[in-house]
Amino acid sequence: MRRRMRGVAVAAIALTSVMTMAACAKDSGGGSNTSNNGSGAACEYATPPTAPATSNTSAAAGDKVDGSALKVGLAYDIGGRGDASFNDSAAAGLDKAITDMGIKKENTRELSAAPNEDEAAKQTRLRQLASEGFNPIIGVGFAYAESMKLVAAEFPNVKFGLVDSAVDGATNVTPLLFAEQEGSFLAGVIAAYQSKKCHVGFVGGVEIPLIQKFEAGYFQGAKAAAPKIEIEKKYITPAGDFTGFQDAPKGQEAAKGQIDKGADVIYQAAGASGKGIFSAAKQAGVLAIGVDSDQYNQATVADTKDVIVSSMLKRVDVAVYDYIRAVAKNDLASLPKVFDLKVNGVGYATSGGKIDAKLQGILEGYKAQIIEGKITVKDKP
Amino acid sequence: MGNLRGKLLPPALAIVFSMLLCGVALVISGANPFSAFGAMVTQVGKGSTLVDIINSTGIYYIAALAVAIGFQMNLFNIGVEGQYRVAAVVAAVVGGSIALPPGIHTLVIIVVGALAGAAWAAIPAILKVTRGVNEVISTIMMNGLAIGLSAYLIRRDVFGELRGNNIRTPEIPESGWMPGISFGGGGTMFGFLFVAIALGVGYWIMMNRTRFGFELRASGESATAASAGGVNAKKMILVSMLLSGAIAGLIGLPEMLGRDHTFSLNFTAGIGFSGIAIALLGRNHPGGIAFGALLWAFLDKSGLALDNVGVPREIVTIMQGSIVLSVVVAYEVVRRVELAAEQRRVGRELGTVGGAA
Repeated sequence: MRRRMRGVAVAAIALTSVMTMAACAKDSGGGSNTSNNGSGAACEYATPPTAPATSNTSAAAGDKVDGSALKVGLAYDIGGRGDASFNDSAAAGLDKAITDMGIKKENTRELSAAPNEDEAAKQTRLRQLASEGFNPIIGVGFAYAESMKLVAAEFPNVKFGLVDSAVDGATNVTPLLFAEQEGSFLAGVIAAYQSKKCHVGFVGGVEIPLIQKFEAGYFQGAKAAAPKIEIEKKYITPAGDFTGFQDAPKGQEAAKGQIDKGADVIYQAAGASGKGIFSAAKQAGVLAIGVDSDQYNQATVADTKDVIVSSMLKRVDVAVYDYIRAVAKNDLASLPKVFDLKVNGVGYATSGGKIDAKLQGILEGYKAQIIEGKITVKDKP
Repeated sequence: MGNLRGKLLPPALAIVFSMLLCGVALVISGANPFSAFGAMVTQVGKGSTLVDIINSTGIYYIAALAVAIGFQMNLFNIGVEGQYRVAAVVAAVVGGSIALPPGIHTLVIIVVGALAGAAWAAIPAILKVTRGVNEVISTIMMNGLAIGLSAYLIRRDVFGELRGNNIRTPEIPESGWMPGISFGGGGTMFGFLFVAIALGVGYWIMMNRTRFGFELRASGESATAASAGGVNAKKMILVSMLLSGAIAGLIGLPEMLGRDHTFSLNFTAGIGFSGIAIALLGRNHPGGIAFGALLWAFLDKSGLALDNVGVPREIVTIMQGSIVLSVVVAYEVVRRVELAAEQRRVGRELGTVGGAA
């Protein structure tokens, strides 16, 4: 009996520690920081395309839209508001809609997914929003595809927007899709030009097709800029284990491994794990490229912002804002099929001033070629 | 009656204690605990939550049974998590690639799931029997391998197919589905629930009415005494581990046969770990486990209401953790109190009251 009690106690303790492991440790940044300017000496660069004479400006201006009657619901993916990345980008779009269109703050609701939850939980979340009168409802992340298909059919008069996935057969679901590979291509070019040792790295959160699009574009871009460049690649967790998007310590380990191998610019597409990647870069005095949001300006990673050369912008904020705007104007057809470089749905950030005019010219050159279709960016590695 | 009190009092105390603890946590974080608990209770009546709770109870029940079989024998099968993942992906691949008449198709998928779960559990079992490798360590490591293996199997160049940004195994044709009981807007109850109930009954019969169950419990109480009584310890370890793995292999099937019809990136993870907690909570008793599974499912599903009233949902995780810890502590406290009471009673009958209590 004694033995058994001890065993039970051991199991209980083991179990509790498994549970508490879900709570993340917070890393403190520190150590030296060096900033890197200009192009590296070791890389042999391909001749970059010339920048176009005209730069396309975004068509953000326009008539004022009144959205004060809207009740907007957002269902975030794992991480929720505060991940400094994907979900925060969606949150920024909502915030902008609140200020611009007169949506009342109390008429918005934001719910967030838990890792490892089942489909029923996602359905319940969407159903809660729909039955409480929220319209439109935006699902942030492809994980909502199946549940939204079901719930959208139950509430045919509610408009749904879905980031990162299409739902076939549901007329009231608007897909908000991105060309992540195009923005990542430019991130690859930036990495190549910022690297001193012609050796860069990529850390993905979870090895799923969506993140592989980032990887494919990044590799292609880096190789296009510097054909002989060495590229490290690491995914924090394999497909099916979504903790890779919110495990900063593991992100730090992954980045550290690449830095130890010689990489000196790391591009991360790892959600909230990205904080750890920035910490690793800061500790080793190398550079990093952020993802989704303009991470240089993110408060949650402010202590490591001096290593962030640029961020690949996936303008979920623009998509969310435009979608809410289109709903308010009752003009959903005006939304682009894919938010790509052409419509500034993806792009790169210049905050922090590490992208000089020369590099910016090169980037605009590549960007123009992608928009014109002279460069086709692969979306699979 | 003291026996029944000894069984029911600890979990009741534990639940009250953990509710108090969470209440304190809520007050500290600035929320009203009564409105939070109220939101959880009213959530049960909304939408499909009640059916979701019942479905989830069935799934947790199977998971806890798988763990309990090991526990009976003092085997800690932490690997249920990995066993059901591997079993689910194998069952999905097989189910999606064969064509059979309805009924038989479903049955084949179930059998494949059980076999795959047992096969995955066989590795730590054989390691323990032949090399004495501690099953706690080996099954935890097998969990890591299971994630890798399932990720490999659903790759686009192996068995997976791309659907939007998701990858999944080919969909199981309708002949392989298991029909449920539909409540319209209230959701659909999985037909697999009846399998879960049958497993519970089977578990009780096996434990209490068969020679194998007796030997299992005897080995759990005292391995040396059991082997002195002619029980082959190695065989018992092997068989109970395989049984545990086979049942674990069924955990993913209610959702797969009743709703998803595929194994995709959205596959529900973490049920195996919950199963350990529920088996502890239910003291390996089929009835107790059912109660524990129901409690767990209630907390899980109605916890979704908390975000709506502005309370962090993580409070549910705190509650689940504190329930498990306090159940273990409460059983020990009650056991000692009853032991002391027994000693006093014996002392009184022998007429030596007044000594040490």
